[in-house]
Amino acid sequence: MINPENAIRKRKTAGILLPVAVLVGFILLWFIVSYTNLFPAYALPSPASVVKSFKEEFQAGRLVNDIIASLWRVAVGFVLSAALGIPLGLWLGQHVYARKAFVPMLNFFRFLSPLAWIPFAILWFHIGDKPAIFLIFMATFFPLALATMSAVATIPSIYFRVAKEYNYTGWDLLTKVTFPSVLPQVITALRVSYGISWVVIVAAEMVGCQDGLGYGIWEARNGLRLDSAVCYMIVIGVLGMGIDRLLAQLTKLPNVRWGYER
Amino acid sequence: MNDKKEASLVLQNVSHSYGATAVLKELTLQVNAGEVVVLVGPSGCGKTTILNLLSGYIQPSSGTVHKTGIIRTVYQQDGLFPWLTVSENIDMGLQPIGNTTQRTKERKELVELIHLEGFENHYPHELSGGMRQRVELARALAGRSDILLMDEPFSALDYQTRLRMRLELVRILKQRPRTVVFVTHDIEEAAQLADRVLVLSNRPATICRELVIGTARPRDLTSGTVIETMKEILQALGLPQ
Repeated sequence: MINPENAIRKRKTAGILLPVAVLVGFILLWFIVSYTNLFPAYALPSPASVVKSFKEEFQAGRLVNDIIASLWRVAVGFVLSAALGIPLGLWLGQHVYARKAFVPMLNFFRFLSPLAWIPFAILWFHIGDKPAIFLIFMATFFPLALATMSAVATIPSIYFRVAKEYNYTGWDLLTKVTFPSVLPQVITALRVSYGISWVVIVAAEMVGCQDGLGYGIWEARNGLRLDSAVCYMIVIGVLGMGIDRLLAQLTKLPNVRWGYER
Repeated sequence: MNDKKEASLVLQNVSHSYGATAVLKELTLQVNAGEVVVLVGPSGCGKTTILNLLSGYIQPSSGTVHKTGIIRTVYQQDGLFPWLTVSENIDMGLQPIGNTTQRTKERKELVELIHLEGFENHYPHELSGGMRQRVELARALAGRSDILLMDEPFSALDYQTRLRMRLELVRILKQRPRTVVFVTHDIEEAAQLADRVLVLSNRPATICRELVIGTARPRDLTSGTVIETMKEILQALGLPQ
């Protein structure tokens, strides 16, 4: 007898239990490896030492401070590049000749690792928030603009015919037809470029900042405190996942669902 | 409620070509107010081009197009905006009505007309193909539209839904009369729906046969008139029976 309600509940429980089991297994493995001294303690910190350094960093207030610093830089860089990249993409998507003119250059910069900009970032913006924000911007602006552009260029022409018949022009056409029809793809692009920026922030803070999660790892390395480095790594991974889950909520908006269900 | 005396569509000596391909040649066609004209013809003969000329989406290479009245098109599929609900899609057509109360009333009537009460806040992807086409029809009827251009509106539907949609269209046009130009490759549809059937020739398209059907709608699919008309259309198309 298959009871559909039971089957759904079973799948839901499995969705929680299975990843938890993998996590527990992973931590157990870590315990065993460090307990049996398979690697020397300075090369692989034990779980206990990581927990201890968590406590220390937290009590010193450094961890919270670094989290806020990193989140702030990513947020500013990301919002800046979305605010400029998405409109640029919308414009390029609508103008064939502009596309022809600018796409090769945009692609060039997209494939240029944002880390290559580090010397310039420091020379132009010195130390602090600005170089990190600049690097986040350089890392996310081009993929966002290009993704928006190709989404616009592939809008089915029928939408524009309908729009014409119902007298949408100018600003109305842009905000009520063009933008909503690319929104699902833009949200996907936002998630991807958020992922990039979360990776880039760590590298950016290693060289251009005096605080932040990346700087925390750099400090740990300088002090040969790998336990502290692991504690920062855990925070980076967990925060990255958490914020992506938040962004994923955007795909549940009722007026973009259509883009994910065809 | 709807002053259709003004609605008229005339193509005069219209020729159209895409590059070197002549699609229409010296086509003259007049659609009278309140009439349902069905265009049938072999695929690729330029039926859709005629609709595009009538709607003003393209301009003819030569000849003139006269049109008066508000023209709306019902497409084969995907003509609804997927990011808008049923209500919001219908509202697009209601824009010319400034008064909000009036608009709400109109919207409610249209939803009732297409029998989609309770689906107002659904999105197109949550509806079946037939329901979507009904919403498109409601949107096209909304406001003060005079002329409906229908571009194979039922051909993406399964056969039984298509039969049902024909009846629906007849019923809806009874309540809200419009001038209709209906393009199809389905001769059954033509025979059941048309006041006048225009059979088009191969490219470049000219009208090779004109059939006037006097019988009132709805017409039974197996009635004599419909069978006779289908025979004549088949003959005009040069298809073996």
